[in-house]
Amino acid sequence: MTTSIAPMPTLSHRAARWFSRNLIRIYAAVAFIYLFIPVAYTFAFSFNDAGKSNLVWQGFTLDNWKNPCGAPQVCESVVNSLKVGVISTLLATFLGTMIAFALGRYKFKGRKSTNLLIFLPMATPEVVLGASLLAMFLNLRINPGFWTVVIAHVMFCISFVVVTVKARIASLDPRLEQAAMDLYANERETFRYVTLPLVMPGIAGAALLAFSLSFDDFIITNFNSGTFSTFPKFVYVSAARGIPAQANVVGSAMFFIALIIVIVGQVVSRQRKKP
Amino acid sequence: MAFLHGVATGHSQVKNALKGRSLTPYLLLAPGLIWLITFFIIPIFSLASTSTMVRPDGAQVGVYVQELRFANYVDAFLINKDQYLRSFIYAALATLVALAIAYPLAYAIAFKSGKYRNILLVLVIAPFFTSFLLRTIAWTQILADQGPVVSAIKVLPFIDDLFRINNTSTAVVIGLAYNFLPFMTLPLYASLERIDPRTLEAAGDLYANGLTTFRKVTLPLSMPGVVAGTLLTFIPAAGDYVNAAILGNPSTKMIGNVIESRFFAVVDYPTAAALSFTLMATILILVSLYIRKSGTDELV
Amino acid sequence: MANTKVSQDTGDLKLDRVSKYYGDFCAVDDLSLLVPDGSFFALLGPSGCGKTTTLRMIAGLEEPSAGTISIGSSDITTQKSYRRNVNTVFQNYALFPHLTIFENIAFGLRRRGLKDVKSEVESALNLVELAHLADRKPNQLSGGQQQRIAVARAIVNRPEVLLLDEPLGALDLKLRRQMQIELKRIQTEVGITFIHVTHDQEEAMTMADTIAVMNNGKIEQMGSATDLYESPKTAFVANFLGQCNLIKGKIASKSGDKALVTAKGLTFEVPLSRVATSNESVFIGVRPEKLRLDDNGVNSIKNCVVTDRSFVGTSTQYIVRAPWDLELVVFEQNDEGLHDLRVGDTVSLEWDSEHTFALDGAQDINAGADLDDEE
Repeated sequence: MTTSIAPMPTLSHRAARWFSRNLIRIYAAVAFIYLFIPVAYTFAFSFNDAGKSNLVWQGFTLDNWKNPCGAPQVCESVVNSLKVGVISTLLATFLGTMIAFALGRYKFKGRKSTNLLIFLPMATPEVVLGASLLAMFLNLRINPGFWTVVIAHVMFCISFVVVTVKARIASLDPRLEQAAMDLYANERETFRYVTLPLVMPGIAGAALLAFSLSFDDFIITNFNSGTFSTFPKFVYVSAARGIPAQANVVGSAMFFIALIIVIVGQVVSRQRKKP
Repeated sequence: MAFLHGVATGHSQVKNALKGRSLTPYLLLAPGLIWLITFFIIPIFSLASTSTMVRPDGAQVGVYVQELRFANYVDAFLINKDQYLRSFIYAALATLVALAIAYPLAYAIAFKSGKYRNILLVLVIAPFFTSFLLRTIAWTQILADQGPVVSAIKVLPFIDDLFRINNTSTAVVIGLAYNFLPFMTLPLYASLERIDPRTLEAAGDLYANGLTTFRKVTLPLSMPGVVAGTLLTFIPAAGDYVNAAILGNPSTKMIGNVIESRFFAVVDYPTAAALSFTLMATILILVSLYIRKSGTDELV
Repeated sequence: MANTKVSQDTGDLKLDRVSKYYGDFCAVDDLSLLVPDGSFFALLGPSGCGKTTTLRMIAGLEEPSAGTISIGSSDITTQKSYRRNVNTVFQNYALFPHLTIFENIAFGLRRRGLKDVKSEVESALNLVELAHLADRKPNQLSGGQQQRIAVARAIVNRPEVLLLDEPLGALDLKLRRQMQIELKRIQTEVGITFIHVTHDQEEAMTMADTIAVMNNGKIEQMGSATDLYESPKTAFVANFLGQCNLIKGKIASKSGDKALVTAKGLTFEVPLSRVATSNESVFIGVRPEKLRLDDNGVNSIKNCVVTDRSFVGTSTQYIVRAPWDLELVVFEQNDEGLHDLRVGDTVSLEWDSEHTFALDGAQDINAGADLDDEE
């Protein structure tokens, strides 16, 4: 039996095969570019030498970065957002973590209702969450302001904290806690020396998630803040008359800070695993 | 002693540990659940109660009296049925667009990314560290009439000179899809990542080509992710008003815009409350039908 | 942190009529045993037999539904695990991933309030010959190394009893053999009571002074490896430890120190001391390596046919069919006097009466045979 040698694949042949094999990767690259376009735009325009209205490119300048508080209200709103963010994160993480432990480590009546109660805020549009809270505050004659915003943020962040921490608890090998008790640690010591350190990455992740949800929240905040201004609210309100370039500076800075935190977190956890 | 015995045994079959008489879980649950009940459940009731109120004749703006006027709902719905319909249509379109964009992306990260996987996941979430308002406004400027994108499209022969993207319903849908991409991508990625690649190899071994493997193996196995992703996209999209406000025009108003204006511009709390309540009820019904049909019970 | 008081009980470990129920399911059924201080004891049985549950009750990780557990003269039945003078080596090692090897080993010492742990930890590490790994994390160690650290972590606390829950299951064969010798050496050196749970009968026979074979929550038989192997008392034990040929028959007569059993028209001689029943209906048992391929022995079966043959290096294993269609297993040692038989050859079997034992004929002849290796 004679075997024939296949003809050398032509250039277009090879190109076509490479293309079909990597189609998905090419697509993903395009999708990533698409994701980053507005971020790149925002970053670029943070260097624009514009007056009050940052719509047309007028020249490169570092002034905005050197003086981010130059435009009125930019820094004030950022500081407000940070204050709200930190307090809401602390409260939501604390309350949510406790619920996660209850769900993940104990048996009790009303588990299904608890799960439902946790799930519902995540399944409700922000308009409804914001409007209902406002309705309650109005009916109680409470004026919206800083604390109503904090209350609202804690409310919608708890569910996300619970889901995140619960997942981490579920991945914990129960035999580690049994080993701790076998090695003379009572219930409190087991929690302190074994359970908590191992769940901590989940709690940290949940806190980060809660903070980003809080900082970037607009709709619920808008409904419940009255005259109190957070950064997203400031951007929305100033969209009509012109957003100062300093807002772009803040947005870009948040992006880089968050990116660095996440990358550092990844590197640290990879270090822990390296042989 | 037996009371607290087994409190932290941590065995996943907690049946052994607890005889159901410990107080600890309830103490842990109480603060958070009370917060949720006070600031989520009770407000819903407040909303319901406001929705049936009426402004007495001659009263000041913002003063209402409870009269259990359920006709508020009928009135509100009739006036705003266009916006309602539009909201659900935009949300559905945006969900489909997001799914179309996110699925291949999630697939690429799950199966074709090798050691860059974690970096890519970070890159998917990263754009959303910038304020979402800044991003949306950036889109209006990128898609501006004199901007590079529209100019480039106008070069094409079959596009007429009046073509624009900004302030159209197209822009609103694109904006919605873009905003919720990570909510679609991450659940998709999570369920795709769980698929053992050897399952796909086994399909190939059993004579299935690429497309068939995808249709018969990958897609069904990724359904939980698809369900989660579409829910996490559709629900907030239906109630959004920021995209419609920034990227749309008066004829693209969604129900969220109406609710917002009824609270702050035209002060008409009962109508706003009725609209909100109807929106929430509709979404809950749609969601439970959807979930029942696709069979995912534990979403939390 | 609070200095939890750990008991200092010493003495023999005694389980007295211990039972464990999960709802209606009985995992451990009225079990009693005595483990002498300082011995190497094995709990052997198939998966689901209750051996791990028994171990966990000794550790204090499960509470018995009935019965008492005591060390020496102290009743520890309701004592919490962190107060017992007992430590466990877990099946998947359960090393704390967030602590270094040093801190893993020091964990128990610190919880007991010891300030200066360095010398203790170092001597434990030297015992398992892994002193150079003190600063690593568990995920940086191989399976075998993790296993030894798990042992070190338990032993450093000098418990009265050390429990090992199938610790060698995840290791490959060569490593497992090595670790079996290691553990035996450590036990002899340190002198602690070891209780080793396993489903691997070779492992139990290699390491333990005393073995208790468990099945369905009960102990079938307890004794040294030799006792259990040469004089099994139930079909389960006979089939579970190594391989066994069982033939159904009836006791025809007893005289002196021998009994005569008839089966299928043939007569066999069994020493009375190895008849484990008062029943008339019995199974005659003989181990495959005791069978010889000749026909002039006290007990013999003629006119058998070879149906299978495997050469496994140390021996050739034949499956031989007796005239009444019963298949018997024969191991022929790979030394001089080899019969090089082929499938289809006719052959006679014979064996000595001292190598015969008799079991109660009213049980399942296949109990304990061909159980899937769990994991």
